[in-house]
Amino acid sequence: MSARLFDLAKTIRSKNAGVDRITFDVIFADRAAYERVRASGVLSREAVCRIFGIAPDRITDHVAFDPALAIKFTIRRLQPSGSPGDADIFGSQQYGPLLDVLVPD
Amino acid sequence: MTVSIQHQRSANRTVRIVCPNGHLGFAPIRTASFEIGLTSMPDLVCADSGSCDIGPGPLGEDVSCSPLAWQTHDLEHMLLGARRLGVPMIIGSAGDTGTNSRVDLFVRIIQELAAKYALPRFRIGWFHSEVSKDRLAAHIAQGGVIDGLDGRAPLDAATLDATDRVVAVAGVHPYIALLDAGADVIIGGRSSDCAIFAAPALRAGFPPALAYYYGKVMECASFCAEPYGGKESVLGEITMEDVKVAAMAPEQRCTIASVAAHAMYERSNPFHEYFLGGHIDMGACVYEQYDERTCRITGPRFVPADELRVKLEGAGKVGERFVGMVGVRDPYTIAHIDDVIGWARAKVVERFGETGYELHYTVYGRDGVMGALEPLRDKPGHELCIVVQGIAHDNEMAREVCMTGLRQMFYARLPQVKGTAGGVAFAFDEVMQASPGFRWTVNHTMRVDDPMALFPTFIAEAGS
Repeated sequence: MSARLFDLAKTIRSKNAGVDRITFDVIFADRAAYERVRASGVLSREAVCRIFGIAPDRITDHVAFDPALAIKFTIRRLQPSGSPGDADIFGSQQYGPLLDVLVPD
Repeated sequence: MTVSIQHQRSANRTVRIVCPNGHLGFAPIRTASFEIGLTSMPDLVCADSGSCDIGPGPLGEDVSCSPLAWQTHDLEHMLLGARRLGVPMIIGSAGDTGTNSRVDLFVRIIQELAAKYALPRFRIGWFHSEVSKDRLAAHIAQGGVIDGLDGRAPLDAATLDATDRVVAVAGVHPYIALLDAGADVIIGGRSSDCAIFAAPALRAGFPPALAYYYGKVMECASFCAEPYGGKESVLGEITMEDVKVAAMAPEQRCTIASVAAHAMYERSNPFHEYFLGGHIDMGACVYEQYDERTCRITGPRFVPADELRVKLEGAGKVGERFVGMVGVRDPYTIAHIDDVIGWARAKVVERFGETGYELHYTVYGRDGVMGALEPLRDKPGHELCIVVQGIAHDNEMAREVCMTGLRQMFYARLPQVKGTAGGVAFAFDEVMQASPGFRWTVNHTMRVDDPMALFPTFIAEAGS
């Protein structure tokens, strides 16, 4: 049965990584869930591009970080944080679309 | 059985630091866990006070985003605790930005607190981090390249011209110099978060890899603990073999998961942490649960830099700014909100032309928070709030740009709107002055020969 990322992950967050980038962390409480999501490809570079509607060159980093049981990726902002018109100065509310990502069994 | 580091040093040779806050002033510290930290034999009390997260405005305008009362609250608790124990206190990146005025402000607060509490005489040291635009212009004119970070182009004269203020990000060097000079309290200008904690550890002879890692794990205080809870204290201890970090709030623990997760917090990747003079590679770090509330870390690697490159942060003013907001409930108007905005924009263009100002619309209820990243932007809610910002070189024009861009939404003509008495709802039919608009113009690095070159140090007596 497929599951929502919301139900599998312990933490799903976004945050500035410097003034020109936003980084996303998806952290799991147990290795099985981490491995399952990793293997499923639902957070692969291609999938992330699809979810956020961005070109692959907007992703600057994409790693699986075993010690924290985390999948982490970073995207380039189109303008620096806090420029007039930027509505998320901390980059802290960009993760919403990840919650409903479906992970196949 | 392992004895908690809270009650006992785990080796003969250690440097123990209590950190109560990851951004001093931004929200007040939780004093109960800090008091526990003070009873845990710290050799220093340290906290970072800076952040780029607050946007370019405070640096550009040279103000704090933190209220003076909260800054004073935290400095008071730290100063009184540190002086009571007779241990050094270090604050980095004073007053959110680490500009000269913020450093001087914190030095003044410390001196006033020393007088208020009649503290016995101590030495206060500080350093400045601002770099003049003339110095950077000269560097460029002499053929020096100021490299861009994160994909930015090298700094050019035009960008420098559009910049109001620049700070350089110090490494451990001015902190070590001030500790060598006998400072009991150090107020740092802009500096790498990790340098505040690495400096006393390096000075005491601990290996750079562990010393810098120590700084990396400590700098956000309880953000490396779980369950989540900010502004609580953590206690760190460095030995010749490892770094240990323990949560001081009774309900928190530093676990393998929480400490490992912190390595990647607000960084592009979890493996590298850069600072003046090199970086640490955390790819081979090993995390172990030392006691119930303490995590032990081994295995970071120090990679010295081929040349000394100091990071520069700079902000430039875009203009004065006014904001207004409207609501929309008509379903047809919501479906055609871009046409409404287009109508209002056109009126601003008729009045002011295409350039010389900025006009921004943030459409809450559709894609206000995420903009173009929003996958659901074609499914707006049943009502919208639209925030309008007008930015121009003076108040008068910014007010009119914003007012035109706001009020003309009321008059927008859409063919199928049934209502003819106003296309939007005003909670306030007015525009309000906001802080000026700024932009991060500088996120670059510059080569220096001497790591102290941009960071003059000062020392004075305080107390009586």
